[in-house]
Amino acid sequence: MSVNDNLFVIILASAIFYGTPLVFAALGELLSERSGVINLGVEGMMLLGAVCSAVVAANLDGPAALVLPLALLAGMAAAALGAAIHAFLVITLRVNQIISGLALTIFAGAAGLSSYLANVWGLGRNPSLNQFGRMDLFGLKDVPVVGPILFDQTLLTYLSWLLVGLAMVYLFRTRMGLHLRAVGESPQTADSVGIPVTRYRYGHVIVGGMFAGIAGACYSLTIVPTWANGLTSGAGWIALALVIFGFWRPDLTLVGAYLFGALSSLSFTLQARGIDVPSALLNALPYLATIVVLVLVSNSRLSRRLGSPAALGRPYEREER
Amino acid sequence: MVITNEEIMVSPGSSSPRRTVRRAGIATIALVAVLGLFTAACSSSKSSDSAKPSGPTKAAWIYVGPVNDGGWTQAHDNGRKEAATALGDNLISTYKENVPEGPETAQVIDDLVKDGNTVIFGTSYGFKDAMQAAAKKYPDVKFVQATGDDITVNGVSSVPSNYDEYWGAGEDTLYLTGIAAGKATKNNVIGVEAPFPIPEIIRQINGFALGAQSVNPDATVKVVWTKAWFDPAVERQAAESLVAAGADVIFSHQDSPTAGEVAKANNLPWLGYDSDQSAAYPSVWLTAATYDWGPYYTAKINSIRDGKWSQQNYYGTIGDQFTSIAPFGSLVSAETQSAIRAEQAKAAATKSFGWYWGLEDRMDQDGKVVITKGQTLSQKDLYTMSYFVMGIDGNPKG
Repeated sequence: MSVNDNLFVIILASAIFYGTPLVFAALGELLSERSGVINLGVEGMMLLGAVCSAVVAANLDGPAALVLPLALLAGMAAAALGAAIHAFLVITLRVNQIISGLALTIFAGAAGLSSYLANVWGLGRNPSLNQFGRMDLFGLKDVPVVGPILFDQTLLTYLSWLLVGLAMVYLFRTRMGLHLRAVGESPQTADSVGIPVTRYRYGHVIVGGMFAGIAGACYSLTIVPTWANGLTSGAGWIALALVIFGFWRPDLTLVGAYLFGALSSLSFTLQARGIDVPSALLNALPYLATIVVLVLVSNSRLSRRLGSPAALGRPYEREER
Repeated sequence: MVITNEEIMVSPGSSSPRRTVRRAGIATIALVAVLGLFTAACSSSKSSDSAKPSGPTKAAWIYVGPVNDGGWTQAHDNGRKEAATALGDNLISTYKENVPEGPETAQVIDDLVKDGNTVIFGTSYGFKDAMQAAAKKYPDVKFVQATGDDITVNGVSSVPSNYDEYWGAGEDTLYLTGIAAGKATKNNVIGVEAPFPIPEIIRQINGFALGAQSVNPDATVKVVWTKAWFDPAVERQAAESLVAAGADVIFSHQDSPTAGEVAKANNLPWLGYDSDQSAAYPSVWLTAATYDWGPYYTAKINSIRDGKWSQQNYYGTIGDQFTSIAPFGSLVSAETQSAIRAEQAKAAATKSFGWYWGLEDRMDQDGKVVITKGQTLSQKDLYTMSYFVMGIDGNPKG
């Protein structure tokens, strides 16, 4: 057995593969929350993205290099539409953000629109032939240890790294990023210095939706070849916890996503090696970790210190300044 | 989340707490209305074939999944169509798809009986209790339950007299596909991903393993439980873990062909279950165990029409062509194919099931003899099997 069959290497490589959709979804939610809008619709938007990219990938004839980007765009557009509905409700109509987000997830989720569309479009269990495969970047996938972990991932993983880097620069090194943080901390102050609060919030909620769409497409274009109702199986909820887990910072969120990715396949890796662990318990671990994090940051003073935007969840109305 | 209760109820930015609450109320009502519509749309009922006055039988099928699932439900619906073709004007068939296994099952059955159906086929194990309750409630309607085990395990007196069960010896066809797997492995490690540690799956994995060992005594079968009939993401993780642990042939006892993706990526041969995936994975496909429900449905409805209802507790076999195997992929050599066909013919000639269990003394994982040479297993033995045979690497308790 080569060093790349080592348990440690296998777990890290699969952590990145299965953590990638979480990176996109959490990054999108992070941008939305940094503008002061919490969006519990991540799971619903992911499923919308997944079903729309699946239908394009399954029905469009052409080279994969053309079909796959189009499928990705279709998923992004569908999820962005879901996010735009949430944005209109909570920013313009100032509806309670929790309720609107939950409504979006239930409406678009496994028991709703995404499954209905999949049924109408006949996404049966015939596998789609267009998939983002593993890339073997620079031909380095057999390099000991780092090969399988870093150089044998899909294009979407590399895209996620690029976006996390850009988000770091954007948030902490650009004027727009500063403005965004101001909008999330104190929309009144931001407004008084001429930052267009409403426009910032709409923009980031919708871009956050696009990221959720890519996250959904990760499932239908890389992880599984066939459609299954509710195929994201709760990843959107983990993404919400990850934003908090990562203290609203893209880099820490990425680390958290890989931790959760590792846990999700650990039970099978151990089972296949004859290590007897209660698999139900292992499968529950990511959700247990989510609860612990939520409890830790439920104290609002603590969550502020950890980086929670001060105006998170609050509608902004100019007259009430 | 990050927001406390007070903040939700009295959002400082909104005009008044009461308005927020009212908006929330409206949003909730709208949400419930929309959800209701979709639920209704999802479990819609479709009626095919038109009514004829000359006394046709009205029969209904209840499916747990969509009719186009490419697996379990689709196989049953093909059976329904076969029966409709064979019976012509004598059958009006209806189905309900995506029926949840829960309180809704009883409601669906009530509706079907009200519509005048006199035969109901339940095609998922989870419908069993609702089917038996309905059989007591409607003594004039016949209820026939796929994969039900009560007549076999608890005796015919444990169920109502207008209730019957049917299933087939999938472990026998899995024995045949096991031969293909035993020939294909080079490391002598065959990976199996399987849904739940229940007798049905345990006996089927045993059949598969004995088939593999019949041509390759050194082959071990490594089992990973997914704890799901159908969950593509999990199926993929399970298949990858088997490959990483050294398996060079994959058998997926799951409802989706996801394992085929992993097999293709690693260029390893794989076997499916209950559906032919040779077209999607031509380079790595071996074969699969399949079921043909049509002849049973036709015969059952005919016997009911002739007034010959009996609780026959049908267990379909290779001889009945109830269980069969999918077309071979190109990786299965001509020699292996003819060996499998020969074994299949031998099984058909016995006109029964399980010809291989007693070919020699069979031991469980601890080396205890569980089947002695020459012993034949009854349907009840099979339905209560809770051990893995020697050579299987996995935990039959899950």
